[in-house]
Amino acid sequence: MTEATPQLDTFPMERERAFDPPDLLTHWREEAPIRPLTFADGHEGWIVTGYAPARAILADSRFSSRPELMHSPIPERSARLQSFIVPPGFFIRMDEPEHTRYRRLLTGQFTVRRMRLLEPRIEEITRDHLDAMERQGPPADLVRDFALPIPSLVICELLGVPYDDREKFQRDSAVLLRLGSSVDQITAAMADLLTYLHDLVMRKMKEPADDLLSGLIAGGELTDRELAGIGLLLLVAGHETTANMLALGTFALLSNPPQMAALRRDPTLIQNAVEELLRYLSIVHLGPIRTALEDVEIDGHLIRTGQSVLLALTAANRDPGRFEGADTLDVSRSAQGHLAFGHGIHQCLGQQLARVEMRIGYPALLARFPGLALAVPADQVPMRTDMAIYGVHRLPVTW
Amino acid sequence: MKINADTDRCIGAGMCALSLPEVFDQSEEDGTVVVLDPEPPDSMKTGVTRAVNLCPSGALSVEE
Repeated sequence: MTEATPQLDTFPMERERAFDPPDLLTHWREEAPIRPLTFADGHEGWIVTGYAPARAILADSRFSSRPELMHSPIPERSARLQSFIVPPGFFIRMDEPEHTRYRRLLTGQFTVRRMRLLEPRIEEITRDHLDAMERQGPPADLVRDFALPIPSLVICELLGVPYDDREKFQRDSAVLLRLGSSVDQITAAMADLLTYLHDLVMRKMKEPADDLLSGLIAGGELTDRELAGIGLLLLVAGHETTANMLALGTFALLSNPPQMAALRRDPTLIQNAVEELLRYLSIVHLGPIRTALEDVEIDGHLIRTGQSVLLALTAANRDPGRFEGADTLDVSRSAQGHLAFGHGIHQCLGQQLARVEMRIGYPALLARFPGLALAVPADQVPMRTDMAIYGVHRLPVTW
Repeated sequence: MKINADTDRCIGAGMCALSLPEVFDQSEEDGTVVVLDPEPPDSMKTGVTRAVNLCPSGALSVEE
């Protein structure tokens, strides 16, 4: 058994190639899928780059998601964690049993069947945005005109958040996800969003509508502050994630013409293609991070109480021990079991919504523009290495 | 084979209902697992095993 010994290794954020994890993470996975890592505040913790241990730790209740126990590899984030107060209802940062109490109130709203009922409306929203792109003519920025507005509008309608307020909450949520944001900036953006959602909740208490927030209010189990915290979590999680998958996934397909051609030729591949793009791209750029609540031994390593463990999903989902030819994008493979939505009790609540949005979005885009192509050289596409959720800042396309 | 589902552990991710809708569904109320066929034929064993392995919360198990 080995214990964490002081090392100078720090977490790499820059990537050598647009779609691959940082080379250093791949190297670490080959060398030791669990290894010591120095966090930004000097904390000696661990990084996990192998699929099996990452999955095991995510499912292990001896590891906590609470931010006050957590250390971060990013200096700005590390400073933030120490002062981060979990808003009521913000259950992604809670452990059992608090977490489950909140999640249970929502899971009935995000079932496979419920999400399928949204298909006609999502198809309509997708069609509207493709129509607008076509009317305007090429070139277009696929992020601004397609990838961001579609999931953003869908989550707004589902929650009951006015889409006209999007400039405000998109700006604030970008501050929350920017890795270099200062503690002051993050605190202000968080307070802004909570105030906005709290005001919205108060309005809905007087004038309920047919939406998720009104339904939660009617349920009577949550305070107004808890409702605002849940609204904040779902709003931010609901549009930044699928938006980046739609844009980065399209960029990946454009960069792999045989895979794009296969998907165009056989639309029934779309279910596999969505899972494979999720696996291959693994857009959670940093983390997740868990902290040991007691001493835990994994694969001969002793993780001590209080040590933080960074689970590098980008590397874990490229583990050749789990996925054959893991560094190759293959839309015909079954990538089921990937960790892109996480694993364990915090596995993405909105994953079935994300799947429906992608299963509709990619094929509709490809069908509408048979000549879809990048409008700039691939190396000029600005990548989101500065954000907690990876993707592209812009994707100029033509057709 | 017999499927056991622990609805207290279930977190309603929907992986079972997504991968094997013939056997698994989700409660309309709280999204937790509903086993439609607790003793499916052996011909479904591969699919059941896959669904059990995909469960993120460890709520599903199979007795031979």
